[in-house]
Amino acid sequence: MATLAQQDHPKYPPGDLAIWIFILAELAVFAIFFASYAFTRMNHVELFNQFQQQLDRDAALINTLALITGSYFVVRAVAAIREGASQICLRWLLAALGMGCLFLVVKSAEYSHHFSAGINLSTNSFYMFYLSLTFFHFMHVIMGMVILAAVALKARRGGYSIEDHTGVETGAAYWHMVDLVWLILFPLVYVMH
Amino acid sequence: MQYQSQMVAKPYFIAAIGLFILQILFGLIMGLQYVMGDFLFPEIPFNVARMVHTNALIIWLLMGFMGAAYYLVPEESETELFSPRLALITFWVFLGAAGLTVLGYLLVPYSTLAEITGNSILPTMGREFLEQPTITKIGIVIVALAFLFNIGMTVLKGRKTAITLVLLIGLLGLAVLFLFSFYNPDNLVLDKYFWWWVVHLWVEGGWELILGSILAFVLIKVTGVDREVIEKWLYIIIAMALISGIIGTGHHYFWIGVPEYWQWWGSIFSALEPLPFLMMTLFAFNMVKNRRRNHPNKAAVMWALGTTVLAFFGAGVWGFMHTLAPVNYYTHGSQLTAAHGHLAFFGAYAMIVLTIISYAMPLLRGRKAANSALSQKLEIWSFLLMSSSMVLITLLLTTAGVKQIMLQRMGEHPLPFMQVQEQLAIYFWLREGSGMLFLIGLIIYVASFFVGNSEPEAEVAA
Repeated sequence: MATLAQQDHPKYPPGDLAIWIFILAELAVFAIFFASYAFTRMNHVELFNQFQQQLDRDAALINTLALITGSYFVVRAVAAIREGASQICLRWLLAALGMGCLFLVVKSAEYSHHFSAGINLSTNSFYMFYLSLTFFHFMHVIMGMVILAAVALKARRGGYSIEDHTGVETGAAYWHMVDLVWLILFPLVYVMH
Repeated sequence: MQYQSQMVAKPYFIAAIGLFILQILFGLIMGLQYVMGDFLFPEIPFNVARMVHTNALIIWLLMGFMGAAYYLVPEESETELFSPRLALITFWVFLGAAGLTVLGYLLVPYSTLAEITGNSILPTMGREFLEQPTITKIGIVIVALAFLFNIGMTVLKGRKTAITLVLLIGLLGLAVLFLFSFYNPDNLVLDKYFWWWVVHLWVEGGWELILGSILAFVLIKVTGVDREVIEKWLYIIIAMALISGIIGTGHHYFWIGVPEYWQWWGSIFSALEPLPFLMMTLFAFNMVKNRRRNHPNKAAVMWALGTTVLAFFGAGVWGFMHTLAPVNYYTHGSQLTAAHGHLAFFGAYAMIVLTIISYAMPLLRGRKAANSALSQKLEIWSFLLMSSSMVLITLLLTTAGVKQIMLQRMGEHPLPFMQVQEQLAIYFWLREGSGMLFLIGLIIYVASFFVGNSEPEAEVAA
């Protein structure tokens, strides 16, 4: 009866409480970063507008779609494991990892374009923020992928079930955070002017 | 105590306390020299007293960490220490090297010490906190290697826990980062740049891992809370500590001549450094609140809670005060820095060593769980006295710092350094008084080891 009751009311928040504390802390770092960006932009609006034009918005759009799609796949993975379908869950997780890879490839191409143009952290304030923010996020995509890969490995071993799949939800929550941050970063750094 | 080899922790703890006393005595000497410049001159000039004060601190904390590792790793790994004999040999080597180094500081001029220890072959001396002669540094590396080997082998042959893993990573970081003390480039910017890799990445990186794991170990023991819960907290805390602390190194790079982006990186990441300390406080108080049993060693619980609170204020809050580049522009290297340094080191690192000593020493001395009520009473008094006098020192130095910054670095007509120092004399006198209170606390602390030994163990109130 107890497990049935739990089924009717999924535990809130899903996943491990610890990951939510961690997510909050991570969001705090990004929030300070975004605030610093906004503050500095306020004082150098023209500089920021000028160099923002030089960014590759198409690449960023592809990456936005990659991350949103990845998040959708992760949602499907959680839905699958809630039905007890380990193998289907695994496949969705792998698909999400694929989207993560796509993001990394596109972003790396962007970086290589910038670096070959001789742009670095000391070029100007805009590029300092652009490179720092996107690279910090880039590292989080990798971190999210490591977590998803760990979850996928356990799913392959059949380590999750209808009753116990906290790990999948935990990984999913972190991945959504990585996505969420990009959804703020993309308009803020690439689009708004 | 479950394993015979845990006994090797005892000499480490005793030596740690001995060096702690030495540190405080020299702190009092230089505290007085702040207001009576020629006190003990020329026998012990200020720069020598300062060197002994800071170096003794580092060495006693390292002694404490090693003792802690030798005590908790066998218990966590559920096996005897790989080689108790090696642990004892390294102890005497370490103590001998530390003793000779201090004697060197006190008996000959620093330049002579450099000469007779062959500093010119591999020059590493003359830098703040890393003043040790090169041969002492090499000795430290050898001791660290033997220690890591001993601990590593013990972990490998026994049960692996999150606590030993985190501890090992912290100790490994400590040893590896110390190697940068041998890198001494001529370029002053590079010199400072890598000097911080030892100094900052020790106290705001590797050491935080050591602190976290010792705290987690003691909390498991005194609260009986599930290991799983405690380990989860430990992982989040150290992840946060590393995310904020590693790039947070940048808060030392504001004015040393590196690119400007460090001002942003340093400010943003180090602004987050209070978080892991806040989490540690929440963690400790939560675990004690949800405890499964009452441990008879009340003093150890007190130290464990106290270390998180004072670490949060000293390292977290007092660090944050001057960590943003625009603020640091004015506060850099003022008495505010000294205030932060005192409360952070005492709260985070001195107190965590005192925590593990408080927990382990009764067991090492043959008690079943705790000291007698009388000696615990003394210990708790010493806890209260040392903590409150350190808070007092911090507040006085903070006031002195703010006044110093305003007089010396702001306004239309900033005053010269020495003129400002004279105006701060009253705070320095009061600080010296607080230091005396601290010494009384320390004497009571030492007395707690000798009083009440013939009385029965304290028991848990029903």
